Amino acid sequence: MRKNRLLSILALLTALVMTVTVFAGCGNSSNGDSDSKSTGAIYRTLDEITKSGTIKIGVFSDKNPFGYVDENGEYQGYDVYFAERLAKDLGVKVEYVSTEAASRIEYLQTGKVDIILANFTVTDERKEEVDFALPYMNVALGVLSPNSKVIKSLDDIGENDEVIVISGTTAETYFAQNHPEIKLQKYDTYAAAKTALENGNGVAWANDNTEVIAYSLQNDGYTVGIPSLGSNDTIAPAVSKGNSTLLDWINEEIETLGQENFFHKDYEATLKDTYGSEYEDQLVVEGGKVSE
Amino acid sequence: MQALGIEVLFKGSNFARLLGGLWVALEISLISVLLSIILGIFFGIIMTSKNPIVRIFTRIYLEIVRIMPQMVLLFIVFFGTTRVFGWNLSAEAASIIVFTFWGTAEMGDLVRGAVTSIPKHQYESSYALGMTNVQTYYHIVIPQTLRRLIPLSINLVTRMIKTTSLVMMIGVVEALKVAQQIIEANRMSSPNAAFGVFAAVFVLYFLACWPISLLAGFLEKKWGG
Repeated sequence: MRKNRLLSILALLTALVMTVTVFAGCGNSSNGDSDSKSTGAIYRTLDEITKSGTIKIGVFSDKNPFGYVDENGEYQGYDVYFAERLAKDLGVKVEYVSTEAASRIEYLQTGKVDIILANFTVTDERKEEVDFALPYMNVALGVLSPNSKVIKSLDDIGENDEVIVISGTTAETYFAQNHPEIKLQKYDTYAAAKTALENGNGVAWANDNTEVIAYSLQNDGYTVGIPSLGSNDTIAPAVSKGNSTLLDWINEEIETLGQENFFHKDYEATLKDTYGSEYEDQLVVEGGKVSE
Repeated sequence: MQALGIEVLFKGSNFARLLGGLWVALEISLISVLLSIILGIFFGIIMTSKNPIVRIFTRIYLEIVRIMPQMVLLFIVFFGTTRVFGWNLSAEAASIIVFTFWGTAEMGDLVRGAVTSIPKHQYESSYALGMTNVQTYYHIVIPQTLRRLIPLSINLVTRMIKTTSLVMMIGVVEALKVAQQIIEANRMSSPNAAFGVFAAVFVLYFLACWPISLLAGFLEKKWGG
């Protein structure tokens, strides 16, 4: 008797769980794309995207000025400006998906977005997971120092001088690998590094050049003596690995847009307020061609 | 006011967006809570079983839920099901599945605790009165269990509501994400907005969870003693 009752309850529970699962399963297949299943690939090809009338683009929603949401709930920023143009030229509507740095690759590998335009730095590790298109922005390290003693090259840093870095950033790795002779002062947070610089604990502060440029523009008395240091990394759109039709189209588009200086216009519309125009040519990559 | 950055909340539709975000969080958590309570009661009764195989399986399930961070579960359900089965779950559906999976296990354990805390003589007395197994549960065990469950489950429910902030990782824009968006969008004009915006989020979460605590207090009084 006791055993029977337990068994029937167990069966009921299993049935309930199954119902929930099947329910969720059904819900998806109606709005999910059936196209991708027919080709066996996880991504949508260029044709499938244009046919569906909507392109899904993963952007940041809280990284001003690259991708953010303004007070009217509209996506804005350097990446979004480009995304709008891509959708316009493709003749489709754009559906933005709010992504986090940690989930960008997963979104592409599962085909939940068609393109990632989220300040995505091209690295060799990432190239094995996703396909990058031509770059549209440069990133490098920058070194900021007080106007009283501007550090213009690494040779200006004395033997006993210390450079401020934030732990875990590319700046820390760069100095550790390439200039082990330079003494570093490591801080865990942006705020702590900033206070250390203001207190004169170090002769300079090394960080992503966009960060130090923005800092020098907002705070009097500091200059970016070295605006571009170390290996020049680029930022590029990424698509699911193997989605060559979409990748080729984006590459052609970036080359075509170069003829009308599109990314300079983008910079002026979205980044100029933060980074000024002095470093525009250093930050923008036009037509997919990295200068130097 | 200016220094605290409260004013950014009233720019454009910011406040409505924040409320919209709260609604998303509440929708996901309340649906999951409802499913968890129903499934959790069944699961809890199963957990009281003396059958060793049933006990092993329920134990494994409970331990998986306890050990796995909810974030990992979210990634497994949202991205993993697409990779393995090709399902394209919406982020909201994935969140509800994960929170129900979690809530059912925790709720089940609470139910198990409450059921086993009912003294043996309660069962024996009701059998002596000639009640069947079902009658014993319906009239004697379940009413007493429910009373003991309320404070424990309210704790779980409010925890589930708060943990919904994790769903931003799979692209659901809920209250905390909207708050971050508002803070970042005003990074230059109001650098101190974080304080005001997070204070507003705190008040909103409080207003959402408080009625649940009140209801629990009311039920405890009504059914107690």
